[in-house]
Amino acid sequence: MDKAIKRYFPVFALPTLVAFTIGFIMPFILGVYLSFCEFTTVTDAKFVGIKNYIRIWGDSTFIHSLWYTALFTIVSVLAINILAFAVAMLLTKGIKGTNIFRTIFFMPNLIGGIILGYIWQLILNGILAGMERTLTYSSSYGFWGLVILMCWQQVGYMMIIYIAGIQNIPGDLIEAAKIDGANNTQLLRHVTLPMVMPSITICSFLTLTNSFKLFDQNLALTAGEPSNKSEMLALNIFNTFYGRNGWEGVGQAKAVVFFILVALIAIVQLRATRDKEVQA
Amino acid sequence: MSEVRKAKHGGLLTAIFSVISVIYVMPIIIVLYNSFKKKIFISKRPFALPDGKSFVGVENYISGIEKIELPKAFGYSLFITIASVFVIILCTSMCAWYITRVKNKVTSAMYMLFAFSMIIPFQMVMFTLSKIADILHLGNPVGIVIVYLGFGAGLAVFMFCGFVKSIPLEIEEAAMIDGCTPIQTYFKIVFPVMKPTAISVAILEAMWVWNDYLLPYLVLDIKKYKTIPIAIQYLKGGYGAIDMGAMMAMIILAIIPIIVFYIACQKYIIEGVVAGAVKG
Repeated sequence: MDKAIKRYFPVFALPTLVAFTIGFIMPFILGVYLSFCEFTTVTDAKFVGIKNYIRIWGDSTFIHSLWYTALFTIVSVLAINILAFAVAMLLTKGIKGTNIFRTIFFMPNLIGGIILGYIWQLILNGILAGMERTLTYSSSYGFWGLVILMCWQQVGYMMIIYIAGIQNIPGDLIEAAKIDGANNTQLLRHVTLPMVMPSITICSFLTLTNSFKLFDQNLALTAGEPSNKSEMLALNIFNTFYGRNGWEGVGQAKAVVFFILVALIAIVQLRATRDKEVQA
Repeated sequence: MSEVRKAKHGGLLTAIFSVISVIYVMPIIIVLYNSFKKKIFISKRPFALPDGKSFVGVENYISGIEKIELPKAFGYSLFITIASVFVIILCTSMCAWYITRVKNKVTSAMYMLFAFSMIIPFQMVMFTLSKIADILHLGNPVGIVIVYLGFGAGLAVFMFCGFVKSIPLEIEEAAMIDGCTPIQTYFKIVFPVMKPTAISVAILEAMWVWNDYLLPYLVLDIKKYKTIPIAIQYLKGGYGAIDMGAMMAMIILAIIPIIVFYIACQKYIIEGVVAGAVKG
């Protein structure tokens, strides 16, 4: 059967492969190459070695955005996952209106980042107006604003995944633990948490990469104001490319560093949580 | 736990969640009533309901549509989303079947590359991808479909491959022995079985394409073609001045179709997200 299908490569695999080459493989290879070049367009690239990578570390906006992004990622991953898990626990107790609550909490997830940013700009500026300040008054307002926004958007999504995980725990397992005299805290620590570990793996992976790569929400909410202080990595890279002349090579080098960081985080995180998964 | 206490507890939880749900949808309600207020009243007192002095009827909607031609943006967004999702489902499911059934070095290399592409942040390829798309004249609503197929292929192929592995070979072999060509086998036997995964992929890709801002912003000729997120961001204009009235009105117009769609297909969306997350 292998052979019969094999001849159909042009029909089955080629269209995707061609698009994948245009949309990913070529840009990726060219991108890695350009990070070692000075250029303004693709055609005038001059090889300069690792000069761009050295220039990155002299750019204080990049270093600042790196820390800002790291801190934001930690805070938002914790906040989103704890809230989502807590809500999921409460919504699997079979209370009235569970379906409606689930529907409402999931809804913001369908709204795009740009629109979310402007919705929350209105709300948060309205609240801060009481103190005669705005979101762009200081970068910590932008920081907590983004955390609130991301929670609003993602708690519902993660909650859905946690609910699926909690509902998958076999009932007799909980029964057995109760008969053995486990109290609620012990039940949570020794039965529920280990059993939903696959959900924790997925949710922490999704929130981690989403937060670290955040762009649209950041652009719409504060656009990096005041003076690039609330700028996250993705926006910093964008501004390096399109906002500063002669920095294209550095922008591409930053993008490579960014990609390596994302890949490292993803691998380390998956390893760390996968190890804790158990079988029923 | 006695029955009475359980019920009491449940009632309290329902009440608490009802309050939280109302707070959860508040941001959208606030945007909704602000869209009927005069510009200066929006930024000054965003939480006040429209009254005789601040109410302007649908003026914001008219001025917003004049500024950014939202119905046209809606058309572009709809076309690009539907076309991209259709092409992604068709091409990547065929490709996934091929690379799972035909085992050789090329197909396993392709599988590795698709999996690898999933963790690449868009900033890594944004500059080179936009240049390549420019050279190949893909900066229009039809061309961008190829870019979406290329950049979105990773996740889709990965999810389809996971499913194809679970389809028993015997059915396909039987079809082939009965004289089906691989193309007939695929469309008559394999694709119908893959429908649940196809729905999952379609929902995830549609949510991504519909809300995507940066890729179309860099790839499309945005003087001619604006999708909804680009049109909304365009309202911000130069130097950070925003027409808040038009912004509120356009946000409402942009999210109404999403909410209607969500309420209509809620079940599929939530199931699709769970299935997608668990496999991804």
